[in-house]
Amino acid sequence: MRKTTPREDFLAGIWRENPVLVTALGLCPTLAVTNSVANSLAMSAATFFVLVGSSFLVSSVRRWVPNEVRISTYILIIATFVSVADMALAALVPDIHKALGAFIALIVVNCIILGRQEAFASKNPVGRAVLDAAGNGIGFTITLLLMGGIREVLGKGSFLGVPLFGPHYEPWVIMILPPGGFLTLGVILLSLSAIQRRRTRRAEAAATGAARRAA
Amino acid sequence: MGNLAWIFLSAAVINNFTLAMFLGLCPFMGVSGKVSTAVRMGAANTFVLTITALCVWALNTYILARAPYLQLISFIVVIASLVQIVEATIKKLSPVLFRELGIYLPLITTNCAILGLAIFQTNRGYGFLEGVVFALGAGVGLTLALVLMASIRESLELADIPAVTRGLGLILIIASSLSLAFMGFAGLLSGS
Repeated sequence: MRKTTPREDFLAGIWRENPVLVTALGLCPTLAVTNSVANSLAMSAATFFVLVGSSFLVSSVRRWVPNEVRISTYILIIATFVSVADMALAALVPDIHKALGAFIALIVVNCIILGRQEAFASKNPVGRAVLDAAGNGIGFTITLLLMGGIREVLGKGSFLGVPLFGPHYEPWVIMILPPGGFLTLGVILLSLSAIQRRRTRRAEAAATGAARRAA
Repeated sequence: MGNLAWIFLSAAVINNFTLAMFLGLCPFMGVSGKVSTAVRMGAANTFVLTITALCVWALNTYILARAPYLQLISFIVVIASLVQIVEATIKKLSPVLFRELGIYLPLITTNCAILGLAIFQTNRGYGFLEGVVFALGAGVGLTLALVLMASIRESLELADIPAVTRGLGLILIIASSLSLAFMGFAGLLSGS
């Protein structure tokens, strides 16, 4: 494997290897808590904190963790950080904590976090592990805010609780209900794949055009 | 008795774990390609869910009453070890069943449906019997969603769909319509 620069470690998770949109990890929170921008923000902040914290700790202790019990060790570290995040949110923003309910605790089984520990933090020095975690955390945040933005604007006609369209707007209530979550993510993924296809087709056309000119 | 039936029905269809509460999406997206595997995955999940409910009840009653801050950590440790014990036991007692369920059992450890069940059961204060019925309902609901999705995807194999829609995007749109259909069950709430 080619050695990556710290900058690449950080940027990969944000877009090119976006944990939700490209590798399809962490779908449960992406669908479950994105019915408003405020919920998405709180969920992203909690996940970001857990991801960076556990990557830091896993990377620091990586030399002393026996290979056989590594997964259980990671899970325990993650669960500890999630307990901290859970209690912090309950103390700081009790309303949002109530709205997110069990999904804060379910950050423990978010595959993005365990995935980064196994794939990156356990093999790399602390600085790079934290950069990688931060990149993935930001990538996750972008996806959640995108989902939360679309669903709240269409489903409630507001953004972060501020009404956008005036009193005559008839909200698409379905968008803030479970089917709307599936639909929004589905449409986002389909649009991305359409863009991707167009880009490859254009690149191919350019390549054949260049070949013809050369001949 | 009516209460128990209600818990079962609510977990199985009205608040379906996968389609209404977004739990256990990984198997829903990952192993819903064939009906036969979907049924086995559903069965493995139901089995682990029920045993988890028993363990969570014991933990809640005897240990966590004294140390509530350990809730999350103890749940995850118990679930992880439980799955390994179940795997070893089935391997010993019934090699046939193990061959059927084998590869799915480890996957269940990181399935949010199991931890979700443990947390919901605790938050709602379910007792022993209620917990077991809740777990059975959740398992039936998961299996139902998996089998429905798998049957649709089997038919899609032969359908002529635009190339751009091949992949996760289409599955999510199908899940969206399934979820919409399951919302109809909410009518049962007002009916009773």
